[in-house]
Amino acid sequence: MPLNIDDLNNLQLDVLREIGNIGAGNAATALAKMLNKKVDMEVPKVKILEFKEVTEILGEPETPVIGILLRVTGDLTGDIMFILAYKAARVLVNILLGNPSDDDSEFSEMDLSALKEIGNILSGSYLSALSTLTNMKILPSIPDMAIDMAGAILSVPAIQFGKIGDTVLYIETEFTEGSTKVVGDFFLIPDLSSYEILLKALGVIS
Amino acid sequence: MENLIKVGMADLKSSTHPGILTTLGLGSCVGVALYDSMSKVVGLAHVMLPSSLQARNNINEAKFADTAIVNLVQEMVKLGANRNKITAKLAGGAQMFAFTESSDMMRIGSRNVLAAKEKLEELKIPVIAEDTGGNYGRTIELFSNDGKLLIKTIGHGVKNI
Repeated sequence: MPLNIDDLNNLQLDVLREIGNIGAGNAATALAKMLNKKVDMEVPKVKILEFKEVTEILGEPETPVIGILLRVTGDLTGDIMFILAYKAARVLVNILLGNPSDDDSEFSEMDLSALKEIGNILSGSYLSALSTLTNMKILPSIPDMAIDMAGAILSVPAIQFGKIGDTVLYIETEFTEGSTKVVGDFFLIPDLSSYEILLKALGVIS
Repeated sequence: MENLIKVGMADLKSSTHPGILTTLGLGSCVGVALYDSMSKVVGLAHVMLPSSLQARNNINEAKFADTAIVNLVQEMVKLGANRNKITAKLAGGAQMFAFTESSDMMRIGSRNVLAAKEKLEELKIPVIAEDTGGNYGRTIELFSNDGKLLIKTIGHGVKNI
């Protein structure tokens, strides 16, 4: 039987939460290194939502957001997407590039490149945690980035989840640097055939 | 404006006149906007996937182009629309990420548009206008007064079709 997110039991959810925790923890460490600052992280929240609610996880469906998508190959195939609100992205870029903290101008080429790298490193460290945990070879592609309405960006993972069920599973992480809070969401989207592989590797199903 | 009805992802709604149906932030999904100019009944479906026949889980009929369109037409007829007078406009079906690597996530936008057109042709509903493809999101509003479809984007202008 293919896995259906709608029917996940508590144990399976706990495992996914733990992956989220370790993955996001790794990502926070990477972010701290990149920013050369101490970065704290809240315990990530595993969330399961219906499609109707998905477009509103970062505010209104028309809110501009940044989505960074990496294709995953190796023992596990699928996609991973990191998404954060435009304003949060601005904050991260300002810290990383040493811009004035109140800079809210449009992103320059340099800013965009930095942003792509942030997404790349966060997603990459997330995947490397998953790889260590499952002992699977997981190879991320180069990142692709899009800036647009939240609903439009979120339609990409939602459609993938739509093939197997009527809900979307994602991991909300909150990073804090000084007094600055940045909330970002990870969507790990294994291809249909990889769900079982993933849960087997984690020892959740036999 | 009066009677603004929101249509969520994998959702469909219809309305008698006066009414405005809207869906916010369409990406690779397709908005199928149906209208009967005589009765002024409008219907809008926010379709996620091309076909219910290829899905393992096809309980939510509003999710798929084939089943959503059939259901939407039925709803509109119940509200007084003449089935033979219904016309269609399409919006959305964008490719939000430009990956060149093969992934079935890619091209889903254009596959959704194609599937919607096939179903509409089968039902003999003419597609009189469309704003599909590209790599950007769209918010759409469908007006019962004249069947106008307003399309708003970030950085790609506003238009009426």
